Amino acid sequence: MDISSLLVPALLSVTALVGMGRKVNVYDTLVDGAREGLSVSAKILPSLVGLLTAVYMFRASGAMDFLGALLAPVLELVGIPAETAALLFIRPVSGGGALAVGSDLMAQYGPDSYIGRVAAVMLGSTETTFYTIAVYFGSAGIRKTRYAVPAALVADLAGFIAAAFAVRLFFYT
Amino acid sequence: MAMAWVWTGMVVLSLIFGVLNGTITEVSSAAMEGATAAVELCISMGGIMCLWTGIMAIMNKCGFIDGLSRLFRPILRRFLPCACRDKETLNAVSANISCNMLGLGNAATPLGIQAARRMARGTGGVATDELCALVVLNTASIQLLPTTVAGVRAAYGSASPFDILPAVWLASVLSVTAGLTAARLFSRLFRRR
Repeated sequence: MDISSLLVPALLSVTALVGMGRKVNVYDTLVDGAREGLSVSAKILPSLVGLLTAVYMFRASGAMDFLGALLAPVLELVGIPAETAALLFIRPVSGGGALAVGSDLMAQYGPDSYIGRVAAVMLGSTETTFYTIAVYFGSAGIRKTRYAVPAALVADLAGFIAAAFAVRLFFYT
Repeated sequence: MAMAWVWTGMVVLSLIFGVLNGTITEVSSAAMEGATAAVELCISMGGIMCLWTGIMAIMNKCGFIDGLSRLFRPILRRFLPCACRDKETLNAVSANISCNMLGLGNAATPLGIQAARRMARGTGGVATDELCALVVLNTASIQLLPTTVAGVRAAYGSASPFDILPAVWLASVLSVTAGLTAARLFSRLFRRR
């Protein structure tokens, strides 16, 4: 039996049972939460239209392959597949852009392929760094950010390298 | 504004590469396909996203966030010793981390901002080591269930959308560790100057 197949049904059952045990109206809460999920999907739709248009054009023109080929020697050194080059650049800048590039990789190579999995893990283990820094320091009135940006970018880079490493470790060994 | 440059750059580069490579016909149809694909993707991953925000809402009502927060407090005291002397800051930071772990970004951000504001008092607009650590914790994703990514994978027909979980956790842990270590090292460098 596959453990990860067990995860989803088990998580749903445990959540429902714990909720019932604590006298939470499980079903109404689920529906209310789902409504919020719908508004999230609706909110990202317009930006995804703009971004996927640009990503599809970028790939069809051959510019994506060029970028990959340009960076392949450096990326291969740290074990990152060159196909994901564009994702590395857009990830810290734009969450929607990263989702567009990442989902395009999954569509093109298949979600269960090596590239598709690496793209998914990269998306799941990194954040929109610059946006987060801007929001936090902006609202706290911090003007001198000192080493926050380089440290956060080190975390991103480590996340990318670790994503490729982890996919090889769990799926190809 | 940054995204305006990225978008313009991508579109203009596509035009240039399209003309140079003779792929301009493909570029033209790709623009239309991309817009359609965006709507298709949103619809096919929308269901999964709704299901999980629903499940997270139940967990939230069960007091899951409070439980997680209690779990994190002793660990956070080590990373943010000064900030954690103030009880309200400690509460905000631990709830912020807990919400991030459950993927409740909308709930996590206001809590994180509240903590950052309290920590920024009397610093004169200069980021302290602990503020930098808080930002690194928030820029490195520590989500337990990356539901959006799972939704995308399911939308494209993955056999098991959540089978990447162990890989995501390992990558997240390594990324956070690298970020916090880098912050430690950089803080020494910056002090010397």
